[in-house]
Amino acid sequence: MSRTETIVTLSVICLAMAVTLPTTAVASDEETDSGKSFLSDLPIEKHGFYEMRGGYRLQNDKYEKDMSIMENRFQLDLFSYLDWGDFKFKGDFIGDLVTEQGHFDLREINIFARPLDFMDVKVGRQILTWGTGDLVFINDMFPKDWQSFFIGRDTEYLKAPSDAAKISLFSDRVNIDIVYTPKFDPDRFINGQRISYWNQNLFRLAGQDAIVHTNRPDRWFRDSEFAARLYKNIKNYELALYGYHGYWKSPAGQDVTMSQALFPDLNVYGASARGAVGKGIGNLEIGYYESADDRSGNNPFINNSEMRYLAGYTQEIGRDFTMGLQYYVEQMLNFTRYRRNRMSGPSRDQYRHLITLRLTKLLMNQNLRCSLFTYYSPSDKDVYMRPNINYKVNDNMAIEFGSNIFFGDYPNTFFGQFRKNTNVYTGLRYSF
Amino acid sequence: MKLLWKLTFVLGFSLPIFAAEEPNSTGQIPDVQTIVSKANIVAYYQGDDGKTTAKMVITNKQKQKREREFNILRKDMEDGGDQKYFVYFQNPPDVRKMAYMVHKHADPKKDDDRWLYLPALSLVRRIAAGDKRTSFVGSDFLYEDVSGRSLEEDTHELIETTDEFFIVKNTPKQPDNVEFNYYNVSIDRKTFVPMMMEFYDKDNKLYRTIESTKVEIIQDYPTVVKSVVSDLKTGSKTEMEFNNVKYNIGLGDIFTERYLQRPPREAIR
Repeated sequence: MSRTETIVTLSVICLAMAVTLPTTAVASDEETDSGKSFLSDLPIEKHGFYEMRGGYRLQNDKYEKDMSIMENRFQLDLFSYLDWGDFKFKGDFIGDLVTEQGHFDLREINIFARPLDFMDVKVGRQILTWGTGDLVFINDMFPKDWQSFFIGRDTEYLKAPSDAAKISLFSDRVNIDIVYTPKFDPDRFINGQRISYWNQNLFRLAGQDAIVHTNRPDRWFRDSEFAARLYKNIKNYELALYGYHGYWKSPAGQDVTMSQALFPDLNVYGASARGAVGKGIGNLEIGYYESADDRSGNNPFINNSEMRYLAGYTQEIGRDFTMGLQYYVEQMLNFTRYRRNRMSGPSRDQYRHLITLRLTKLLMNQNLRCSLFTYYSPSDKDVYMRPNINYKVNDNMAIEFGSNIFFGDYPNTFFGQFRKNTNVYTGLRYSF
Repeated sequence: MKLLWKLTFVLGFSLPIFAAEEPNSTGQIPDVQTIVSKANIVAYYQGDDGKTTAKMVITNKQKQKREREFNILRKDMEDGGDQKYFVYFQNPPDVRKMAYMVHKHADPKKDDDRWLYLPALSLVRRIAAGDKRTSFVGSDFLYEDVSGRSLEEDTHELIETTDEFFIVKNTPKQPDNVEFNYYNVSIDRKTFVPMMMEFYDKDNKLYRTIESTKVEIIQDYPTVVKSVVSDLKTGSKTEMEFNNVKYNIGLGDIFTERYLQRPPREAIR
C-alpha cells in the first residue's frame, strides 16, 4: 500500500470511529445498567474528539513544504476504575498529510491509586507538569513537543507524555512529588522535519536537507531521570523547591566525529513562589542548570551551565479580559571560557532576556475566546507571536483560527531562526 | 408579582437553610440585619459542608441551548464566614475533568483565592481575582450569585412584609463597582430561603431576576433545588438544578492541590 493510501485509509478509520463511537458509548452505558458480565460491571467512560486541522506557511521556505499542518486526528479517551485504583487510556490516531504517514500517538496509559491516606501513586505513560511559568519552563523538566507548538496544534500538545512513576506524599509540614522515569524521555525537539532551523555546523538555515540525528541515552533503568518537588502552601502563597537529575531535554551538545547531536547530563536545582500580589497573581521562579558533562565550561561542544530567572504577573484588566506579563532571563555561566573556546560563527550572548505578554478576552457568553501570546527578546532581537481565535459553535463543536508568527534580526537566535516557518492554521473539533 | 428581596442565593445547593429554626411564629418581625443574616446562612452555609451535582441549561434568545454539568463540594470554615469549595466539571466534553478550587473570603476587602486545573496539560493554574459580576461558565449566573455577595457590600432595608415574605431592598455601598442600582429579595418568612431576587438598573428598570422555583427539605435543611436566572435585556435565561444534595458529609481538609487534580472518590461518586 502506498503512503498516501495508508493515510487515506487511516483517515477513513478515524472518521468511522468518530462517527460510531459516541453511539457505541451510549449503547454500552445502557448495558452497564442491565448487564451481568464482569466487563459490564467495570464502568467505562468513553470520550474524545475528532479534529481536522490545516495550515500553510505564509512565505516560501526552501527547506520545508508549504503545508505546515494538514491532519485528521481522532482522540479516544477511556477511563475506568476499581475500588483500589483508576485506569486511564488516551490515544490519538493521526492521518498526517505533511509527513504522508498515519500514526498512533499513545498519550496516556496509566494506573492511579491512593494506597495510603498520605500517598498518591501514578504509574505509566502520563502528562506531567509543574512550575509557575506560562509557556516558559525552568523547573518543569518533563518532555515538551516544540514541533506541535510551532505548527499550530492545540496547546495541550506542547506537553509530550512521560513513561514514569510518580509518587506523591502529603503531610502538614510539606508535600513531596517524586517522579522516576526509567528511560530518558527527550523533548520532541525541532529536528528539521517540519520546521526549518539554524544549523550551526552548516552556518545556515536547514530543514529536511539536514535532519538532526541524535545519540540519545536509551537504556532502560540506566539512562533514567529523577525529578522531585517539595512544596507547601503558606497562607495561599505556594512555595516550592525542585531538583532534577537527568539530561538536557533537547540536544545541547554534539559529537563532532559522529556528527550527532547529544543530550549531555544535566542537573537542575530550583525554587518558586506564587501568590496574590495586589489585584493579581505574582510568581517568581529560579533554576540552576548544572551541565554535568561540562561543569567547567571548557568544552565548546557541550552547553555551559546556566542560571534561569523568571518573574511574572497576571491580572484581570477588564471584564473577561486578562493580561499576563513575564520577564525571563537565561544567564550562561563560565561565559569567558565559552568565549575563549568557542568555534567560529555566530555566538551566544551571556544573557538572553525574554519578555512575554498574554492577552485573553472572552466574548459572546464566553463562547468566543481571542488570545494573543507574544514572546519578545530584546537581546536576541526576535519575536514569536501566537494569536488565536476559538469559537464554541455548540457544546460539542469548536472552530479555531490561529497563527504562529516569527521574526528576528538574526538567523541564529531562538525564535529568529524560525522566521521562514510563519504560518496560519484553522481547525475544527468535535468533542464527545 | 409579589415581592422582592435581597441576598444572593444562587448556589441553591449551598443554600441549605440553617434549619427552619424558629419559624417566626410569634408574629414578631425581626430586624433587617437578622433577616439578611439568616437568609445568607440559608442560601450559602447550610450544614458544615455539602455536595451536589448541578446541571445548568443556558437558553439564549434564539432558543439555542448549552448545558453544563458539574459537581460541587463545599466546606464552611465558619457560618457566614470563609468557605472553600471545588467545582468539578463533567460536561460539556471539552471541559470534562476541569476543576476549580476557591478559597472564599468573607471579608470583602480580601480577594478570593482561585485555582484552575486543566487535565490535558496536567496543569494547576492560579487565577487572578476577577470581577465577581462576570458570568459563571458562560451562563446567566454571575460568580457572585454562585459564591454569595458579602452582606457588607450593601445597605439593607426591609421595605415590605407580606404573609409569606420579607422584602428587603439592597443598595450597594459602592455603586460604581456593580451594574445594578439596587436589588430586592423576597425572603420566605418561615424558611428564610430567598425566593426571588430582582435587579434594577441605573434607570430603576427591572432587568434581571433570579427565582427559586423548587425548594425541598433535605436533611432538615430547606434547599433550593431548582432556580432560574432571567436576563430581561438579552432574553437569555439559565436554569439550574441540584441533584444528589447531601449535607454534613464530614469533608476534611481536602481543599488542596491534591484533590483539585483528582477529587476524593467517595465525595463525588
